Amino acid sequence: MIPGLGALTQDTLWCFSQLKGTVEIGATEADIISTVEFNHTGELLATGDKGGRVVIFQREQESKNQVHRRGEYNVYSTFQSHEPEFDYLKSLEIEEKINKIRWLPQQNAAYFLLSTNDKTVKLWKVSERDKRPEGYNLKDEEGRLRDPATITTLRVPVLRPMDLMVEATPRRVFANAHTYHINSISVNSDYETYMSADDLRINLWNFEITNQSFNIVDIKPANMEELTEVITAAEFHPHHCNTFVYSSSKGTIRLCDMRASALCDRHTKFFEEPEDPSNRSFFSEIISSISDVKFSHSGRCIMTRDYLTVKVWDLNMENRPVETYQVHDYLRSKLCSLYENDCIFDKFECVWNGSDSVIMTGSYNNFFRMFDRNTKRDVTLEASRENSKPRAILKPRKVCVGGKRRKDEISVDSLDFSKKILHTAWHPSENIIAVAATNNLYIFQDKVN
Amino acid sequence: MAGVAGPATGSGAAGGDGDDSLYPIAVLIDELRNEDVQLRLNSIKKLSTIALALGVERTRTELLPFLTDTIYDEDEVLLALAEQLGNFTGLVGGPDFAHCLLPPLESLATVEETVVRDKAVESLRQISQEHTPVALEAHFVPLVKRLASGDWFTSRTSACGLFSVCYPRASIAVKGEIRQYFRSLCSDDTPMVRRAAASKLGEFAKVLELDSVKSEIVPLFTNLASDEQDSVRLLAVEACVSIAQLLSQDDIEALVMPTLRQAAEDKSWRVRYMVADKFSELQKAVGPKITLNDLIPAFQNLLKDCEAEVRAAAAHKVKELCENLPMEGRETMIMNQILPYIKELVSDTNQHVKSALASVIMGLSTILGKENTIEHLLPLFLAQLKDECPEVRLNIISNLDCVNEVIGIRQLSQSLLPAIVELAEDAKWRVRLAIIEYMPLLAGQLGVEFFDEKLNSLCMAWLVDHVYAIREAATNNLMKLVQKFGTEWAQNTIVPKVLVMANDPNYLHRMTTLFCINALSEACGQEITTKQMLPIVLKMAGDQVANVRFNVAKSLQKIGPILDTDALQEEVKPVLQKLGQDEDMDVKYFAQEAISAVAQRLRKLDFPVKDSEEPSAPGADKNHFLRPRGPGEDTGKVLPLISRHKETEWLEWLPRRQQRQPSLGVQVQPRDQHISCT
Repeated sequence: MIPGLGALTQDTLWCFSQLKGTVEIGATEADIISTVEFNHTGELLATGDKGGRVVIFQREQESKNQVHRRGEYNVYSTFQSHEPEFDYLKSLEIEEKINKIRWLPQQNAAYFLLSTNDKTVKLWKVSERDKRPEGYNLKDEEGRLRDPATITTLRVPVLRPMDLMVEATPRRVFANAHTYHINSISVNSDYETYMSADDLRINLWNFEITNQSFNIVDIKPANMEELTEVITAAEFHPHHCNTFVYSSSKGTIRLCDMRASALCDRHTKFFEEPEDPSNRSFFSEIISSISDVKFSHSGRCIMTRDYLTVKVWDLNMENRPVETYQVHDYLRSKLCSLYENDCIFDKFECVWNGSDSVIMTGSYNNFFRMFDRNTKRDVTLEASRENSKPRAILKPRKVCVGGKRRKDEISVDSLDFSKKILHTAWHPSENIIAVAATNNLYIFQDKVN
Repeated sequence: MAGVAGPATGSGAAGGDGDDSLYPIAVLIDELRNEDVQLRLNSIKKLSTIALALGVERTRTELLPFLTDTIYDEDEVLLALAEQLGNFTGLVGGPDFAHCLLPPLESLATVEETVVRDKAVESLRQISQEHTPVALEAHFVPLVKRLASGDWFTSRTSACGLFSVCYPRASIAVKGEIRQYFRSLCSDDTPMVRRAAASKLGEFAKVLELDSVKSEIVPLFTNLASDEQDSVRLLAVEACVSIAQLLSQDDIEALVMPTLRQAAEDKSWRVRYMVADKFSELQKAVGPKITLNDLIPAFQNLLKDCEAEVRAAAAHKVKELCENLPMEGRETMIMNQILPYIKELVSDTNQHVKSALASVIMGLSTILGKENTIEHLLPLFLAQLKDECPEVRLNIISNLDCVNEVIGIRQLSQSLLPAIVELAEDAKWRVRLAIIEYMPLLAGQLGVEFFDEKLNSLCMAWLVDHVYAIREAATNNLMKLVQKFGTEWAQNTIVPKVLVMANDPNYLHRMTTLFCINALSEACGQEITTKQMLPIVLKMAGDQVANVRFNVAKSLQKIGPILDTDALQEEVKPVLQKLGQDEDMDVKYFAQEAISAVAQRLRKLDFPVKDSEEPSAPGADKNHFLRPRGPGEDTGKVLPLISRHKETEWLEWLPRRQQRQPSLGVQVQPRDQHISCT
């Protein structure tokens, strides 16, 4: 089997659908996308950027007469979620960059999402308005004031249809609970609480209460010089409201049960793979740090991403992962230069497809990888403007390691490390993916015959 | 479309009244959609005024439809709207038309904000009572069904609160339907709805026929109590109380107890916590027999639960549990079944548990009587008095009165004193503050002798604490002690010590003397105040620190009412007048305030005072300008033409706005301008 070509292609051929964001080269830092997230139905897609903005795309209703043109995502609402701030007590600048967005289960006609920067989580409501009141007593239709003497009857305003307006309003601000930078937020399946995790602590919030949160995990040592590991990501179980996991910079994952105790400093399960002594190097610890952890939709597995691999763990097996996928093993020889240019600290995220059968995660050179868990085939795809013709099929890419470079292959040395795909999202039930490449958002779909 | 309010339709109350009366209403209606939230809120709060002016028919046909769609507004506006509509029946034409209020409340019952939804449900419940049985089935029950089968869980959660109000008055057939709807909400997909249903289960059970309770509510209860979500299961514990109240002993044993036993041993600490927290209610609901057989063993387990939160909640309930046990055999039972567990808790590893226990343990002495208290409880009290955690010690000390009644406090005094002294010198000022507040209580129980001997010096030491809050509390404490021990005691023990501080090199301590005098003068009476305190205060008027001098002025104003007129006229006034010429602005200001207060008092006593002596800008005015305004009062909007109001009841809002107008134009004057008037 030739890895790459042909992988996944038996059932899924990916083709370009849409490109969002400025097309000009030289976008500003603020335009860089920092998070991507579909809502629970996949009807909406939200992105956050370094400028503190949130852009929400809505999927168009599919029209029956255009079979091949499936619902495209159009801008639904754009709002400034976070502003740059300055903490005067600590002399710290607080960036407006959106670290994470999480959608809430839909509760009424409006949509709700949580967005967070380093310190503050906000709950946003996105709602539609299609009527507006008309008719004043003291003003006429043009807004001129009426002479009060001419008012002989009272008029009650009436609501008239108007063009659809989408409003985003901040509903709650959850501030002042994190000393360190927030890296994760996760909504609980009980619909009433969520957690926020920073480098050393995890807090539990009620959506209704902003002035109080419960600290459930605290790994801060009494003496900060003894600090050896930090929390890198945390997530709730999709169905069991009492269970959550958090990953650490040492490459381990802890699973906690909130039923057992009010403070979850002691874990219930501890997932760790014994280190292979032959692979040990100066970089071992850095590259084993977990940058993302995700429960599968079924809730039976967790997936973790470290610098070079994606691992899938069975919740019932703590001593090693059940599957390990190499994302870009060819970089193992280049760790020294990746350390020099700080790329080794990049935090790649990973996602499941709707049925938990395929895993997607990003790489460099605007490449992203998919691994089919059943067929064990994998593919490297590229988000590039050259491919962005409507319904153009994405050609699998291959990176060659040795000296002999075949046509269509790219050598490790010519990879562009400034183009990295850190954030991706997969539609909850369909083969639609959103891939953030710096300041552009690519949307790809599977090819329909 | 322009003729929304055509002349033909305007046959309401204000119809023939002429233009003048319409204007304010027109303003109110327009402000329903003003950009300023405060104005919208104001208009909504005057909704009854608008409705009254429009008349019942236009309220029904125009105002309510408009309000039904006004659900985009801010929470506080929606909350006010939901509240208003609950009392609107009269304004739409009485009970026959109460159903017109359902559509706007229905839309409010689906918004995402819980407080608004709850208020809408509350108003709906209120209005349901005003429906005739026919109207209830024709309008209200369909509304409940619509909400109960709504797409979004906000509407379904709201429905849960409405079943119990329409059930008792519905026909048999409709009753069956209502039960069916409630059943389906209890097994809703979303935990939000199941929680809402679980929290209303008890309330609904109360209005059901006993048979239905047993055949339908109990299975629902059992299901909710074994829900996969902790947050649902814990609500079932509450329902347990209401359901048990409805059933006979045998039925409780058979239908409720298995679930309750299970809840007390639930895997989730939050559920066990709920059992501990609701323990007294549960105990009363299930009756003495089941309590003895089942609840006591469950309680023992909760007291040694592995989660500290649960142990603390159970510890809180120890006293109530013991009190509610049947008198017969109570003592033996407590001694044998509860006390051993309490003894363990005294040395718990968690300080919250210990302090929870400390807050109730003293209460056991009245239940157990003198001998048991001395033999069994006293060692525990003493141990807790020596606990490392100040909160534990404080809780014991704050409940000393219970023990005092039974064994007298002397038994404890040996251990009490070191504990008090240690708390009094705790490094945390909040701990010191807490112990000060118990001083009057302790003084009362320990008696004056013991107090003078052991505690007096502590009380004086607090007066020179380096934290202001402590010094302040210490002065108040002195006042309470004087009230307790009398003026003679004050004269002998307190006053001399306080007055000595007037010569302290630290000006803060000198000020403390003044504060003490402020607090003590009333309790000490005229004689001591005039003879001992006043000379000191007057002497301090020459202090070199301005803060001391203006506090002298304040003190003189404070003790003025206690002094006789001679002292006022001859001693106080000259000093104040001198302070009134002080170089310091603040001293002048407070002297002026005091002069005017003293002048007023002298005038009341029929002493003629020259006009020139009274400042033309009394302090009260200043306060008026500086008065903090409540929300909605100062909107910065001045209404023109408002003076034309009529004496109509619904125009009551006008005078307040008028009053505000002048103050908006006037700037707050700087203090020295007041002074220059004299």
